[in-house]
Amino acid sequence: MAQLTYREAVAAGIAQEMERDETVAFIGEDVARAGGVFKATVGLFDKFGPKRVIDTPISEQAILGAAMGAAMTGMRPIAEIMFSDFLAVCWDFVANEMSKSRYMSDGQLKCPLVVRTGNGGGSRFGAQHSQSIENWAMAIPGIKVVAPSTPADVKGLLAASVRDEDPVIFFEHKSLYAIKGEVPEGEHVDTLGTAKVVRPGKDATIVALALMVPRAVQAADKLMTDHGIDVEVVDIRTLVPLDMKTISNSVIKTGRLFTVEENPRLCGWGAEIVSIVVDELFWDLDGPAVRITTPHIPLPAADNLEDITIPSVDRIYSKILEVLR
Amino acid sequence: MAKKKTLKNNDIDEKKRLELYNSQYLIRVAEQRAYDLFLENLVKGTSHLSLGQEAIAAGFATAMQENDKSFCTYRGHAHTLARGASVVGVLGELMQRDCGLMRGKGGSMHLTDTSKGVMGSYAIIGAHLPMAVGSAWRAQYMGHDDVATVFFGDGTTNIGAFHEALNYAVVYKLPVIFVCENNNYMEYTPIESITAVKNPAADRASAYGLDSIIIDGNDADEVYRTAQVAYSKARSGDGPSLIECKTYRQSGHSRADPGAYRPDGELDHWKKNNDPITRYRSRLIEFGVKQKTIDGIEASVKKLVDEATEEAKNSPVPPEEILTTNVYANGGWAWRN
Ligand SMILES: Cc1ncc(C[n+]2csc(CCOP(=O)(O)OP(=O)(O)O)c2C)c(N)n1
Ligand SMILES: [Mg+2]
Repeated sequence: MAQLTYREAVAAGIAQEMERDETVAFIGEDVARAGGVFKATVGLFDKFGPKRVIDTPISEQAILGAAMGAAMTGMRPIAEIMFSDFLAVCWDFVANEMSKSRYMSDGQLKCPLVVRTGNGGGSRFGAQHSQSIENWAMAIPGIKVVAPSTPADVKGLLAASVRDEDPVIFFEHKSLYAIKGEVPEGEHVDTLGTAKVVRPGKDATIVALALMVPRAVQAADKLMTDHGIDVEVVDIRTLVPLDMKTISNSVIKTGRLFTVEENPRLCGWGAEIVSIVVDELFWDLDGPAVRITTPHIPLPAADNLEDITIPSVDRIYSKILEVLR
Repeated sequence: MAKKKTLKNNDIDEKKRLELYNSQYLIRVAEQRAYDLFLENLVKGTSHLSLGQEAIAAGFATAMQENDKSFCTYRGHAHTLARGASVVGVLGELMQRDCGLMRGKGGSMHLTDTSKGVMGSYAIIGAHLPMAVGSAWRAQYMGHDDVATVFFGDGTTNIGAFHEALNYAVVYKLPVIFVCENNNYMEYTPIESITAVKNPAADRASAYGLDSIIIDGNDADEVYRTAQVAYSKARSGDGPSLIECKTYRQSGHSRADPGAYRPDGELDHWKKNNDPITRYRSRLIEFGVKQKTIDGIEASVKKLVDEATEEAKNSPVPPEEILTTNVYANGGWAWRN
């Protein structure tokens, strides 16, 4: 095991795949010589050179379109969209093109590519550089949606995304880039569509994603220490495909479901999970399923305001306590 | 054919010329048939015909090599047929039958036949330009010798993706050819009334360091020659070209459009004086091609389209079980376990 930061795991994952497969190349704004605005791709340019690690113009449509055209004709490109908010500028390629070309052509066209993007709040960047938009992506049939919470998952799920035959939107959380964690040495490839129980428990289930995972775990630890409430935390890891088996098994065991979501309230991913659970496991529930989310507002820039907007350890702790009491 | 030195246009041999005529005529008859089938309510949904614009599709496709890639718009029947896609597959798709190129899952606006290098037809204006750039990137990256050609309308030059794609292609010197079919109209609006420059594509070329190329898009020979130059430039690593082809759409924008916005006499003028098929037929005769040869081509094209029509009419509709296939690469649609 090696200790890597989340951002180092990004570069390690890309490097692993580029070494393995000549058809993998990486494009984006400031990603090559500068190593990315989040320094998540440092070293790749030196290692692989300008043919395979490419600085592009500020042309988000061209970036995703080029990745698509290359993918449909034999490459496995990785494209970076610097901030996930900017995906709105080229959303056509996600919502209408890469997600639909296989279906519309009845399988003639393929699109094995990865769109990596910096997602989520906590950096005081304000409403246009802080959003959690994984639920936008989840709403589109034909793509896969990944959002890791640990360095090991970054590397393993990124490798799995590159090897996947479908287009993958890979959400990296900006507030996690600095965290450190164990990453297996040597080749590490994980499996898309698998959630993970990251903290076992018996009294309630929290389903969380990305930055919300460590916060949920902390809240769970505190609930145990303070009140002896034993909460299980499930890290979803990939929204599509969705590992309902792992989530359902946990809910069957605990009888209670909480979702902790950074996306704004309406149509957040938790709404889908709650609806599935209500549909299929209603009689296993011992009480209401509760969603803890960012309120339905644009994100503010001021630190005190942003801190009360995104679900915090305290908010998760208090809400669960209030509901379970 | 003995080359008559007295005639200009003598660099294209008879075989090629007959190929060019055959291709244009096939598109004409198939598009006319698509229109007739629409009137019979056998073509459902929408469709956008290339009647009057046949020379562009024929000229480029004839200049392509087999592994070249075409990226088309919703007005893509012509380009799909010109690359040799089956007429049954095209008409069948328009008629939403199981024999369609995409078994009815794409429809008229999304014709795709990757076996012929037709990498799809796209209905969100501008999106396929960057895709063609990506295909060209792959060719350059992997050392392949194919060139990507992307066809689009005059109206498309006003969307951002056009400009992003051109800049990107020039920066990396990619083997891609941008073909603007300027048919004077962006849907129902005359293009000059909504564009800052007179020639929507060519006048923008200099912004990307490209030559301004304007050609008569209703002259298949001129299209073919221009295409040849562009392909050899792209194949020798000298980067992209942007070509504006002046043409005119003789049908409505889409099937529901009677074209009421056209000034009186405009359509008649183009049909009478500048129809690509009529012009090419006269040129063949001028070159000494026998009427019998031309009649033979026309008869065999008509027969092909008639037979394809019958076959498509007799083809079943797609089976319901394909509804959920090919959403994901594993062949299915599952988004959860
Ligand atoms: C992004 C987008 N905006 C608008 C439309 C609706 N639309 C379809 S065709 C068209 C006109 C395009 O004109 P042009 O590029 O000249 O192509 P032509 O139809 O003449 O071949 C418009 C506006 C669309 N499909 N996509
Ligand atoms: Mg037009």
